[in-house]
Amino acid sequence: MRTLNLRIVRGGPGRPATYQTYQVSVDEHLNILDAVQKVWATQDPTLLFRHACHHASCGLCGVRVNGRERLMCLTPIAEFPEGATVTLEPLRNFPWVGDLVVDVKPLMDRMAAIQAPYVRKDELTAGSEEGTRFEDCIECGLCMSACPVVGSDSAYLGPSPLAMIKRLLEEPRGRDIQSLCALAGDAHGAWRCHSVMECVEVCPSNVDPSQAIGWLRRYLILRGRRQLAGAERR
Amino acid sequence: MTLHAVIIGAGSTGAAVAHDLTLRGYRVTVVERGEVACETTGRNHGLLHSGARYVLNDPPAARECAEDNALMRKLMPGILELNGGLFVALNEEDLSYKDAFLEACAQAGVPAEEIPVQEALRLEPNLNPRILAAVKVQDGVFDPFHFTLAFLATAKQHGAVVHTYTEVIDLLWNGRSVGGVKVRDRRDGREYAIGADLVVNAAGPWAGRIGAMAHVDIAVLPVAGTMVAVGRRWVRRVINRLCPPCDGGIIVPQRRNSVVGTTSWPVENPDYIAIPPEQVEAMLAAGEEFIPGFRSAPLRGISAAARPLLRESSQLVVADPGARGITRGFSCFNHAGDGAPGLFSIIGGKTTTSRLMAEVMGDVINEATGITTPCRTREVPLLPYHAFYV
Repeated sequence: MRTLNLRIVRGGPGRPATYQTYQVSVDEHLNILDAVQKVWATQDPTLLFRHACHHASCGLCGVRVNGRERLMCLTPIAEFPEGATVTLEPLRNFPWVGDLVVDVKPLMDRMAAIQAPYVRKDELTAGSEEGTRFEDCIECGLCMSACPVVGSDSAYLGPSPLAMIKRLLEEPRGRDIQSLCALAGDAHGAWRCHSVMECVEVCPSNVDPSQAIGWLRRYLILRGRRQLAGAERR
Repeated sequence: MTLHAVIIGAGSTGAAVAHDLTLRGYRVTVVERGEVACETTGRNHGLLHSGARYVLNDPPAARECAEDNALMRKLMPGILELNGGLFVALNEEDLSYKDAFLEACAQAGVPAEEIPVQEALRLEPNLNPRILAAVKVQDGVFDPFHFTLAFLATAKQHGAVVHTYTEVIDLLWNGRSVGGVKVRDRRDGREYAIGADLVVNAAGPWAGRIGAMAHVDIAVLPVAGTMVAVGRRWVRRVINRLCPPCDGGIIVPQRRNSVVGTTSWPVENPDYIAIPPEQVEAMLAAGEEFIPGFRSAPLRGISAAARPLLRESSQLVVADPGARGITRGFSCFNHAGDGAPGLFSIIGGKTTTSRLMAEVMGDVINEATGITTPCRTREVPLLPYHAFYV
């Protein structure tokens, strides 16, 4: 067992934000998410937090742990010494619902506009109806919270949606390339990125949005050149 | 006159019932004390069952899985990873089940095809090379959160209202009938009433608490299961152990991860389940039996949630402390006979068969209300999950 002090932001729209500290003991092999759930179940049923799968697949439990965007289910208790104070705050750059919960609608609306993919035809079983999920992005929003450009330009498409557009341009499967390029080439698209690389730092799921944005810029330039040269039939 | 149904719980069951009832013309409100799919549904394996797991001990459940597996492939194409599955025999005892297993699959209408071991190892090069037999089945994989959102998104399109972070604190009565719910909005503490013509208890392992509000005893046994994820996709397909349901009998690949599960132990309070370290160790060891080197991949999470299993008799529980013998089927109750007309419960089942469970619940509700609209969930495709946020 390890005892930690969880210092958690409480409050919501119209209510002042305060920090409330809970002392909780959990086994060392568990994660911060288990500690938060134990606080909710045994100390304070009013505490709001998001969670579902507890194994980094659903993307719901993103918060800032000691200032850094992380999934609570991937933050081991063992990382913190006995008696440590761990500060938990909601993600930035999303509307605040209350306590550790934010409204992810802005990210989901972006993904819906892109028609984010789920499966592709599996190369190894080509010709069959089977498909394997290939996209790594779990739409957790950590990159949207960590990105200072998202914080200063609310219309910026953001790291994970741009990474999703790159995946689709690589493998369009009938999607409208024109409109995807219009989204990515917009003033609030790929050119808005300042290469701060925070998205790469915080991504818990093998996505490299910064690399994807570089790829998109090259793609857009080459496409523009081809169009200027009249080489591409419109 | 449009009847108003309040559904308690936004797991896969409550979400599917919302979809079913909106298509039958009911006005639907869903109340959920946390986030969508935040407990039992969210922490299931995300396995679209072929049905083969149940052919030996629960053939009706197997047939239901096979039928709805085929249906869901048509109805939610953007949600499912159709990567297939294998049942493999790891030892002589497993192998001794093979003939009965294949025979039971054929009888239950579960597509299954034995393939040579060499072929299985070609398909899945990381599998234990000492497997003795392999059978191909039509498993699939989904994210349970997205699966549930797709039902709710479609229900919303047909008029349903979904209140998350809204906890039921009591039932309302209209004379001798249940006439709605009293809820607390957990975001601001506000308490208010939602009147309804009928209330559907889809609270999973918490269904007993809702039942108690109407003095109805609901025979639900919360049984926890542990799963362990590692950060490498060791297999393309779902790998099942060819044996009766046992601990550590399955590996489900999710994106670049592999999730091994599961265990089975009854819990008192499903709100917080402390996962014993020895169960984590047991799951990693089980993974190692399927895939030599399994545990060399980094740990990607440990999870457990309580399944709501039906307790048919107390003797069954005593006779089977691991609760493996309890039916994986489901039951729909009209509590009119328990002194609570207007209250219905839907207990048990599997996420794969959520649609079917909701169809049966809808039929039971229609019988009580006299509404004759037929179930339409076999035909109506589900919206993409992002549409939930529209």
